[in-house]
Amino acid sequence: MMASGMSALMSHWWRNPWQLLTLIAGLALATALWSGVQAINAEARASYAAASDVLGGGDLARLSRVDGRSLSTDEYTTLRRSGWLVSPVMQGILEAQGTEFVLTGIEPLTWPGASPGAETGSAAVPGGLLGEEAAVLAHPDDAALLSDIDAPVRADTGRTRGRLLADIALAERLLEGRGRIDYLIVSPDQPRGIPDLPEAYRISVPENTTDISRLTRSFHLNLTAFGLLSFAVGIFIVYGATGLAFEQRRAVFRTLRALGLPLSRLMLLVTAELGLFALVAGAAGVALGYLIAAALLPDVAATLRGLYGAEITGQLTLRWSWWISGLAMAVAGTAVAAVAALIRLARMPLLSFNHPRAMSLQAAGTQHILLLVACAFCAGGLMISWLADGLVAGFGLLAGLLLGAALCLPVVLSAVLRLAETRAGGAVAQWFWADSRQQLPGLSMALMALLLAMAANIGVSTMVSSFRLTFTGYLDQRLSSELYLRVNSDAQVIEMMPFLVSNADAVLPVVSADAREGGLPAEIFGLRDHQTYRDNWPLLEARADVWDQLAAGNGALINEQLARRQNLVPGDTLSGGDVVLGIYSDYGNPAGQIVISEALFTSRYPGATARQFGLRTDRPDALAAALQERFDLPADALINQQDLKAFSLSVFDRTFSVTAALNVLTLSVAGLAILISLLTLAAMRLPQLAPVWALGMTRRQLAGLELIRAVSLAVLTGLLAVPLGLLLAWVLLAVVNVEAFGWRLPMFLFPADMLRLGALTLIVAFLAALWPAVRLARMPPQTLLRVFSNER
Amino acid sequence: MNGRPVQILLRVILALCFAVFPAVSAVAQGFAGLGAAAEGFTQPSRDIPVSFPRDHGPHPDFRIEWWYLTANLQDADGTKYGLQWTLFRSAMAPEEKDGWASPQIWMGHAAVTTPTAHYVAERLARGGIGQAGARADPFSAWIDDWEMTATGDGIDALELRARGTDFGYDMTLSATGPIVLQGDRGYSVKSTGGRASYYYSQPFYEISGTLRLPERDVTVTGTAWLDREWASQPLGDTQISWDWFSMVFDGGERLMGFTLHDSETGDFTAATWIASDGTPTPYPNGAFQSRPLETAQVAGRDVPVVWQVLLPDKGIDVTVRALNPQAWMDTSVSYWEGPVTITGSHPGRGYLEMTGY
Amino acid sequence: MNDPLALRVSGLTKAYTSGGAKVPVLEGVSFSMQRGETLALVGESGSGKSTVLHLIAGLDRPCAGSIEISGVEVAGMSDADSAAMRRGTVGLVFQQFNLIPSLTVAGNIAFHARLSGRNDPDRNGELAARLGLEDHLGKYPETLSGGQQQRVAIARTLACRPALILADEPTGNLDEATADRVLDLLLDTARDAGAAVLMVTHSARHAGRMNRQLTLSRGRIVQGRAGEAPDQRQPA
Repeated sequence: MMASGMSALMSHWWRNPWQLLTLIAGLALATALWSGVQAINAEARASYAAASDVLGGGDLARLSRVDGRSLSTDEYTTLRRSGWLVSPVMQGILEAQGTEFVLTGIEPLTWPGASPGAETGSAAVPGGLLGEEAAVLAHPDDAALLSDIDAPVRADTGRTRGRLLADIALAERLLEGRGRIDYLIVSPDQPRGIPDLPEAYRISVPENTTDISRLTRSFHLNLTAFGLLSFAVGIFIVYGATGLAFEQRRAVFRTLRALGLPLSRLMLLVTAELGLFALVAGAAGVALGYLIAAALLPDVAATLRGLYGAEITGQLTLRWSWWISGLAMAVAGTAVAAVAALIRLARMPLLSFNHPRAMSLQAAGTQHILLLVACAFCAGGLMISWLADGLVAGFGLLAGLLLGAALCLPVVLSAVLRLAETRAGGAVAQWFWADSRQQLPGLSMALMALLLAMAANIGVSTMVSSFRLTFTGYLDQRLSSELYLRVNSDAQVIEMMPFLVSNADAVLPVVSADAREGGLPAEIFGLRDHQTYRDNWPLLEARADVWDQLAAGNGALINEQLARRQNLVPGDTLSGGDVVLGIYSDYGNPAGQIVISEALFTSRYPGATARQFGLRTDRPDALAAALQERFDLPADALINQQDLKAFSLSVFDRTFSVTAALNVLTLSVAGLAILISLLTLAAMRLPQLAPVWALGMTRRQLAGLELIRAVSLAVLTGLLAVPLGLLLAWVLLAVVNVEAFGWRLPMFLFPADMLRLGALTLIVAFLAALWPAVRLARMPPQTLLRVFSNER
Repeated sequence: MNGRPVQILLRVILALCFAVFPAVSAVAQGFAGLGAAAEGFTQPSRDIPVSFPRDHGPHPDFRIEWWYLTANLQDADGTKYGLQWTLFRSAMAPEEKDGWASPQIWMGHAAVTTPTAHYVAERLARGGIGQAGARADPFSAWIDDWEMTATGDGIDALELRARGTDFGYDMTLSATGPIVLQGDRGYSVKSTGGRASYYYSQPFYEISGTLRLPERDVTVTGTAWLDREWASQPLGDTQISWDWFSMVFDGGERLMGFTLHDSETGDFTAATWIASDGTPTPYPNGAFQSRPLETAQVAGRDVPVVWQVLLPDKGIDVTVRALNPQAWMDTSVSYWEGPVTITGSHPGRGYLEMTGY
Repeated sequence: MNDPLALRVSGLTKAYTSGGAKVPVLEGVSFSMQRGETLALVGESGSGKSTVLHLIAGLDRPCAGSIEISGVEVAGMSDADSAAMRRGTVGLVFQQFNLIPSLTVAGNIAFHARLSGRNDPDRNGELAARLGLEDHLGKYPETLSGGQQQRVAIARTLACRPALILADEPTGNLDEATADRVLDLLLDTARDAGAAVLMVTHSARHAGRMNRQLTLSRGRIVQGRAGEAPDQRQPA
């Protein structure tokens, strides 16, 4: 009974291959986008972890010499014996079989967190560094290349390619004196009452590694949101397909039950069937997602490297977790999509009049339910954003609004079409609108998918473009000097100063010190009073005479991050006693900044001297060349503002290519949803089309109307997607970004982008409708005639 | 204090291996081999007597060694405190090398016990670079900024300091009696099988200074007891745990006694009675007895915190009670170490150490 | 329209290709109808009755033969021309699914007339009243009974004043009493409008109510004369 029941159920799919394709393709694509995005995220996270592990102490501060020289072992010992809990990190290049490796030597005994009592939570020290098994740890692919070196080598999947880890003694021996201790890791738990740090040293929180996870979190969250959205789009498709299959198989279900198959068995069969599809589609989707991730990863890696300095390997490794999570998502998605159908199956009366057109009537009834559910989603989203805080709130709000809006779509479209119907002049026009409305229930899932895809496109594109515009504008303001010079020692400053003063139009020192504000680390800057700043500094809010007050030492400027974190407005007082004179935008770092006048800074930090200078000049290239020639500067000592801006723009272009690729993919999914829905509906629509044909319209005319219908539904959906997308962008910029970074980006509108997207959508809808339309235009008359006779 | 931190050290090293180098069982086995062969390491010998000032310093050719100081303190209000300062040395090879490649590993434990709190800190370092070590003359032993340094001849006067994230201390010590050689003129037998270590004590320190506690600094005075021991294969595989007592009686005498629990041969006890002038009387296995009377829940285990201690030969029948039952050393290897008060036939105070719980 | 004949069919031949083999459906069917005449096309299932109707309506194309409606040859028309012919000259009533589901009863009645450019709301109203549909004008087809639906189909057909009504078993799905009523209405209203009615039916009783009958068997006319004059019609 079970077997024959299964074959009876399955036969439906063989007779409706398009529907099967809908189900599988929708699910597979949804899983693909989801797991593709997850793959990228996982790869990036693994790279961060490996990087912070190898570079030493990820989120831990580093102690280094102020003069930039490396530290000696004696200096380390002296610091330890004065009470400072620090641990040395030795690095050098090790060449083996013609390949260069970065060998890092660490001291496991003093590594923060080595003792079980310590609660540093930093990167754990891998095993096998000390004792009789002491070995060089290398990525498995690198281990083979190291057979020649004079030390045991052990493969460790936790290593990054090209980077080796060893005990400091072993590293010192292998590097043969080329190893340098450039910094010591500073334990976060220092003993009470230790002496001040000698002036020769400074402690810095390495920006690149320290805040990578935080800085890139927003990027990854955006990707994840995109992935989830794509998944939702796919689930809409699956929901539509399962619902339709259920409707069409009512008779089969009823017959099976009448033949004595218990309801529980029947439900088990349907569940098993859907589970099978979910697994097949999930596997296909994960494989596809792998391809997507592999294609996108280089651009993502470039973006992250450019934006945040985060190193990601451009290579994708297969991880079990994706397969599992991808399949789990597919199964869960199918379950969500099928639960309504299963409930209907459970409630289905054994005997009931079943008319194929009952569906549209029922759909009209469900509109009200949809509307209620939509409202519930919106309210839920708002509630989450009100109750929770942080990124959860932002994304909760997003999810609620998007799903709510998507569920509203059929109701809104129906109303618009009804209006069009009443306004229509001719018989054909009236029928066209009426028929479109009739078709809506069958198409609404695909249209919801389209709505979500377009809204996501508009939202994410608007965010990225706004970010780009704001950030480049900000760079123009903040990087107002033509050249930036970094000098290594005070002696060099003294040596260079006369040359600088006589050759540059202005020399603007950048001097800073570490401070704390509100219990969190902040950087404090001394700013020379100069017209350059008065003209360009990107102030968000300020007192009227802000620059004069600042120059007089009557207060401080703070960055937006600090202002938001501490709820500060101009006029408030900082913990150090400075009055906030103004707040400036500061995209690019998560930490707080305080700016005071140069004089005030010097009086507070008499030891700090400027090593960085902004140089104003009309001829930056000539000045740079002259400086290079005269002072033999290292390559990175001099930065040309133009180059920096060009670099920033290239980073954004990478970001755009990732966004664009994801945009096209999501739109394609929506397009496919439309195509498949139309193909599925084609057979059901014959009774609606045949009478019109019989009454005097050609098949070609009807096909043309079908095309117009698809395009016009897409246009209507697109029009609704615009406000939704802008809302999405607003939440991303004003809520999510503030939570992730601490700054709020202004939102700009990009009508040209939206028009391009609109055109793209029309093309997608047109292409999706083209094939079903052509099939209609070429349909044999007998097929249409069969509608009218009992032969069907 | 026969056998005392020997096994602690063993377990410390084992735990260290697991904590710091979790995958390296071979290293662990290397250290576990303490009980068996000690290849290349020097063995204690009755023929080579303890000699000062040389033996205040380190013995890198012996596998393990420690400088172990405990003190009973009280402040002006009469509140009692305990203090511990320990430096362990463990060698991966019987030699010392300059630089990072040194095979000597050092570990420091510091603790302050109050009636209501117990503060612990730990330090690890390798030898060869000066971060940790010891020197015979003038005497000093140190790890990072913790140190025990002579301010006079030999080890008669010392400065002592250590600190953790939430506490610290700064003490001065001066000896009021002689150094006491344990066992046979410092050659201390650890089992019936004949394992031995070099072992001497200075139980006659007067100590004063400042305890830096989270809420306040406290000026304290009291008595302190230093143990010095070095060996290469002091313990058998089956010697699994012990209870060790150091007692300073109000009459001026001292008693060191311990019970070593052996999973095969049963308990092994030893003791040394130290007269007020420093004359030691060693006692063979069985003369000294300790029985747990009450236990307390400490760090998730049942630990005896009240004991009956007997040395019938001297008419000693006392109850030993922990000042703070929660004196758990939550370090790389964990054990119980804290001050005790003594009542009964010979009232006084002292220190108790328990391992294997 | 000056041709006295509403319809002239001669040598109509149709075959379908099925699995590579040609299956003949009609073989040289010829007959004609006078204006206002009613003609029943009877015969067993598969005899080709419906095909005759479909070919006349231009819904399908004959392999050979000629079809003249009101003197206009329609057999060789393009898709667009035959669609125009359907809009203007011919009314169709099928056994089922006659109606456009997305339009109301009123919309359905007016639809064909509006397509043909002959919409007359007053006439539509009259027809609806005549066919007993005045209470259902705002309803959608799926809420109507089978008989009601066929009455709507008849009203729609008549609303555009066709010269020829082609009915393919219009009562085939109805019970006997309803079928009789619907047929009465069809014939009455067609007569009043002066339209010829060509009806395919299984029912001998219904066939007997027409002016004359043609019996089709295996694609040929086997009974009844192909060109009888209307004055020879038998009493209903």
